Amino acid sequence: MKWRAIPLSAWIGIVGLAIAIFCAVFAPLIAPYGEREVVGDIWLPMGGDFVLGTDNLGRDLLSRLIYGAQTTIFVALAATVLSFSLGVMLSFTAAVVGGWTDQGLSRINDLMMSIPTLIFALIVLAVLPQELWILILVMAVLDSTRVFRLGRAVAVDVTVMEFVEAARLRGEGRMWIIFREILPNTLSPLLAEFGLRFAFAVLFLSTLSFLGLGIQPPEADWGGIVKDNKDGIIFGIPAALIPGAAIAGLAICVNLVVDWLLKRTSSLKGGRGDG
Amino acid sequence: MAELLEVRDLKIGATAYPPGEPPQDITIVHGVSFTLQKGKVLGLIGESGAGKSTIGLAALAYGRGGVRITGGEVLLDGEDILALGGSGIRDIRGRRVCYVAQSAAAAFNPAHRLGDQVVEAAVRHGVMSRSEAWERAKYLFGVLGLPDPDSFGRRYPHQVSGGQLQRAMTAMALCPGPELIVFDEPTTALDVTTQIDVLAAIKRAIEETHTAALYITHDLAVVAQISDDIMVLRHGNMVEYGSVQQIIEEPKEDYTRDLVSVTQTLKDEAPDQSDSLLRIDSVDAAYSGDFKVLHDVSVHLPRGQTLAVVGESGSGKSTLARVITGLLPPSRGEVIFKGAALPPEFANRNKEQLRQVQMLYQMADTAMNPRQTVRDIVGRPLTFYFGLRGAEKTRRVAELLEQIEMGKGFIDRYPAELSGGQKQRVCIARALAAEPEVILCDEPTSALDPLVAKGILKLLLRLQAETQLSYLFITHDIATVRAIADSIAVMYQGRVVRFGPKSKVLSPPFDDYTDLLLKSVPEMRLGWLEEVLTTRRMGSAGH
Repeated sequence: MKWRAIPLSAWIGIVGLAIAIFCAVFAPLIAPYGEREVVGDIWLPMGGDFVLGTDNLGRDLLSRLIYGAQTTIFVALAATVLSFSLGVMLSFTAAVVGGWTDQGLSRINDLMMSIPTLIFALIVLAVLPQELWILILVMAVLDSTRVFRLGRAVAVDVTVMEFVEAARLRGEGRMWIIFREILPNTLSPLLAEFGLRFAFAVLFLSTLSFLGLGIQPPEADWGGIVKDNKDGIIFGIPAALIPGAAIAGLAICVNLVVDWLLKRTSSLKGGRGDG
Repeated sequence: MAELLEVRDLKIGATAYPPGEPPQDITIVHGVSFTLQKGKVLGLIGESGAGKSTIGLAALAYGRGGVRITGGEVLLDGEDILALGGSGIRDIRGRRVCYVAQSAAAAFNPAHRLGDQVVEAAVRHGVMSRSEAWERAKYLFGVLGLPDPDSFGRRYPHQVSGGQLQRAMTAMALCPGPELIVFDEPTTALDVTTQIDVLAAIKRAIEETHTAALYITHDLAVVAQISDDIMVLRHGNMVEYGSVQQIIEEPKEDYTRDLVSVTQTLKDEAPDQSDSLLRIDSVDAAYSGDFKVLHDVSVHLPRGQTLAVVGESGSGKSTLARVITGLLPPSRGEVIFKGAALPPEFANRNKEQLRQVQMLYQMADTAMNPRQTVRDIVGRPLTFYFGLRGAEKTRRVAELLEQIEMGKGFIDRYPAELSGGQKQRVCIARALAAEPEVILCDEPTSALDPLVAKGILKLLLRLQAETQLSYLFITHDIATVRAIADSIAVMYQGRVVRFGPKSKVLSPPFDDYTDLLLKSVPEMRLGWLEEVLTTRRMGSAGH
């Protein structure tokens, strides 16, 4: 791969993601203040000792943002990867095996989707103990229903192709057919969906935190910071907008990178570059 | 003589998008010139990529998706239509120059009645009133031999057959009374027995309406029946231009000579053997319960020989292949391989049984995983059946690529980076990698250009001579059958109507269907179409 072949838009995405991941990994080293440390008056303006000002309790906003990157990116990424693994596995199995397996899995999926995601999540999270891995698991399972629908739709199209038939007639096992024949040919729509789902996961986590069932205070996450500072907007204080912008920026960066990956994979098929 | 259409030094360009590289401008037609007189038919012939459709569409001053006319003149009655603006062009298209596409099924709007679509251009251009146009449409339906011309226009596209749809499309082109019609492979997608009717109808209709035509096809035998002159194209250049008689009987260029001689016999018939490698024993098969597609089919294939299964679409010949591979278990009868019955379902067959029966598909494009390189595609059966890995596998893949006359330079290419013929060759290599006893070939050459197809057939025959491979070769093309078969099974509506050694099947006395099939295959000589139609008419008069 040549560095020069990477378009500008992808570079923007890569740099943005690199910054976010750097912040997440080295948060204790680069944050000017502690995560929970009250360092000044509430809602101080930007500038001076506090580059982005302070929040509703007088904590440094920049430090909160940097620590927040850690939880936000980790939870959203883990949930998305998990939901894709689950959704892709089940949906491809449904598409390849067909018959009753397909019916069973698809109808269970429909059942799950018929319950509004947020309400479902609130009930489940309220019942289960409040631990990080449970939060990730619940987000992943709920999100995997969307992945399942998409995965099954694209896999059914590929399953009927003759090269899959040829692999079956060769005597290949189910795992080979799913991972070597079908998966590479469905990567384009799945990657596109991945970018979108990741952004949704960040938003969903923020929503849960906002409602008090996500990341528990005083631990910082971007959605939580928005919630903490939302009242400031009335007084013209931008503290809530900054983490909001961070969420938007992260989502955009992920999608820029995914778009570029999409082009690279679709050009392998000999399709036109803009596929 | 008045020149209706004069094309001078036509140059056409397009933008290519090679994978991983910036877009490039390429020239696809390099300065072609020809003239067409009123009421005459010019055949444009060449392989795919020769630029024949592009030139045909240029007669309507049209460039298909990204194609640009970059130079030259197209004079219609002395007027350069390339210089006309949007409204001038629109006035010509559909009124003075009309177009008949290859796939009528895709060209008709399924939501509207045929008649409304046939008269649309004439009415929109104000050539005639709607009722006049309907009258003309009915007249044209009659000329084109469509059933029940008065009510035919009230049907929807899905209610008529493919051949009828193609004739309706010709009626649509003829309705406004154009001076020129561009036919773009109008019979290519049809069965031979249907093709002959459509061909005859088109010929009669353009004779009766004195319309000039550009007839685009890759089949020299077809174009010989219908046109006055022929232009042979290759890679966007004119190879040869002359009267039909001159091109067929005394071609000047080597390339034209190859095209004319493409359907020669390649193989003499081998003697019939009683011990057969593969025997299909009174097989019935049905899709989804009651719909029976095979009725009591029994054929057999000796080792090292080729059995050609021939028939039109819907005759059940591909279903036979599905039964043999085990994709469709038969409802009665069995498939006997090397003296033992194969389990009816492929899932119950062991690796060794699967290995010995390999398959070649019609569309090599979809038969290969587009995300795998040639190395993976050909190498997988080696790993799977014989456990070859690493350098040993690479060496064997290179060997196989040599065997299919491609060379190891192709080993890291993706299917998208191969030509149609090369793709089919890689599929052959994949089949060979399993070291099979029999290869089921499901129309492997029918999507290819004649010369490329001939190369594939020669390769298959060479492999057969070298390794005693057996082929079950499914095709609808009698010329291919003549070229490669030892024995032939003729299928019609799910039954084998004739089966035996090639010499017997292809010599009289014939049954009705085989007779019709053999007589429908266009022959590369003048006057063939008239002859067939005359004998048919006499036949029907006698009944």
